[in-house]
Amino acid sequence: MDFGPYLLLASLEGAVTAAVLALMAAGLSLVFGVMRVVNVAHGEFYMLGAVLAWVVASAVGGGPVLGFVAALVVAPLLVGALAAAADVTVLKRLDYDPERTIVATIGLLYILQQLTLMGYGPEARPVAPPFNARLALPWVEWGDAGPQLYWPWGLSITSYKLFVIGAAVAVLAGLWLFMTRTRVGLVMRATQLDGEMAQAFGIPVERVYAGVFGLGAALAALAGVLIVPIQQAHYLMGGEALLLSFIVVIIGGLGSLAGTVIAAVLIGMSDGIISVFFSPTLAKIIATLLVAFVLVFRPRGLMGKAAR
Amino acid sequence: MLEIDGIDVAYGPAQVLRGLSLTARPGEITCLLGRNGAGKTTTMKAIMGLLPLRAGSITLDGEDIGRLPAHEVPRRGIGYIPQGRRLFAELTVAQNLEIGLRARRRGDEVRARVLGLFPRLADRLGQRAETLSGGEQQMLATARALCLEPRVLLLDEPTEGLQPSMIALIREVVVELRRQGVAIVLVEQRIDAVLSAADRVVFIENGQSRAAVDAAELRDDPALLKRYLGV
Repeated sequence: MDFGPYLLLASLEGAVTAAVLALMAAGLSLVFGVMRVVNVAHGEFYMLGAVLAWVVASAVGGGPVLGFVAALVVAPLLVGALAAAADVTVLKRLDYDPERTIVATIGLLYILQQLTLMGYGPEARPVAPPFNARLALPWVEWGDAGPQLYWPWGLSITSYKLFVIGAAVAVLAGLWLFMTRTRVGLVMRATQLDGEMAQAFGIPVERVYAGVFGLGAALAALAGVLIVPIQQAHYLMGGEALLLSFIVVIIGGLGSLAGTVIAAVLIGMSDGIISVFFSPTLAKIIATLLVAFVLVFRPRGLMGKAAR
Repeated sequence: MLEIDGIDVAYGPAQVLRGLSLTARPGEITCLLGRNGAGKTTTMKAIMGLLPLRAGSITLDGEDIGRLPAHEVPRRGIGYIPQGRRLFAELTVAQNLEIGLRARRRGDEVRARVLGLFPRLADRLGQRAETLSGGEQQMLATARALCLEPRVLLLDEPTEGLQPSMIALIREVVVELRRQGVAIVLVEQRIDAVLSAADRVVFIENGQSRAAVDAAELRDDPALLKRYLGV
């Protein structure tokens, strides 16, 4: 294969990574933006989404489509409810103190991870994709008769991967509309901008926090469900996803949805491309280096606002 | 009537209010006077339920509101115009007003009445609050609180940094609310403004209420001011 088709293939793989990463990082960014809580357990919600997708899909049966659709609905709801419960029972009692909530979510990380190990085991398990047609992609070549299309061997993507990209775009657009156009979104943004004043105008901030924490976790779980037909569900899969999410959120600017999406595309694409041409480790090294540069030269991130 | 009886309030280990008491009656402007750090703003936050009471009670028309969750306090009809305005900066004028309206589920009728008081806001409904001028921001902070149709209105230094025409407008609105029977609690540094508008003055010192005096007495005998404030 020539360089051009090879690059296209790497970019498509990167776009899938970017899509899943954008969903997950949007959840992390939302939680930090509204609650000022750095949720270290966010990767475990992603892992739980993937593991629950396997549990639901194998319990439902009746073909991969039904199982996957059931997982897509049930897993984010369950994980969201679990996170909201964790907020009410743990984070609320710490008064959302920034330092103590970090320690608490580290504890939550290990509890979720070890419980999954005990219940689900150390195996990596796949979920069958609901559809998985291989779509060959054309490339342009300059021949004797001018530019002409041809189908290089190996240049293809599956319909499921295209679906993941499309689903992530749709969910993020929906999230944006929810935050900007609905009353609940307005209440969340008011709480984000000034929690004390929100309370002084009758907004039940603690309930908003529980909802936001649940929503953030549900987004991570959704990302987990979407990835599990591509990458198997494993109890340790949250760690790398958490690292990449933090990288994305720091580069994009904490609390900025637009910045998060831009950074997810940047990191996801570069991760895909560098992993294909060089090695996945180099991709992580470069991403982490990028974070260091952002922290030195633009600490508030690409789209973040200066601290008030 | 808003009655505060012997409240103790602290930020962590630092106690700010010590047995502070005051009363705000409907149709009266009760002014809190005191030096910086005496506890005026803390008193307002305590009324709003934003700081927990360690002792004492706060009642509104006989109902104990001192231990309600903070978001329930405004729903009882207490409007708050905080120091520094504290608008929802990235939200538009219309969205800031909507937050106020939602607090007590008021609708378009209240919104129209409030905008009638501040026509300049009606022209800027789609503008983000942070892009307004200082005077317009104060109008919006006032309008947001009026969207609750408050029985009690708390104003914390509403004229700080405003030009005279704007001060006059705010004052007009406050006097009109007094006429409608709203109990008004005002923190204000400018003593001339206090003396001309207030009905009662409560002197606060070191987190305690020293004395509550009729404003008319102070107007007649400025020597009293010296005694309570040391100015």
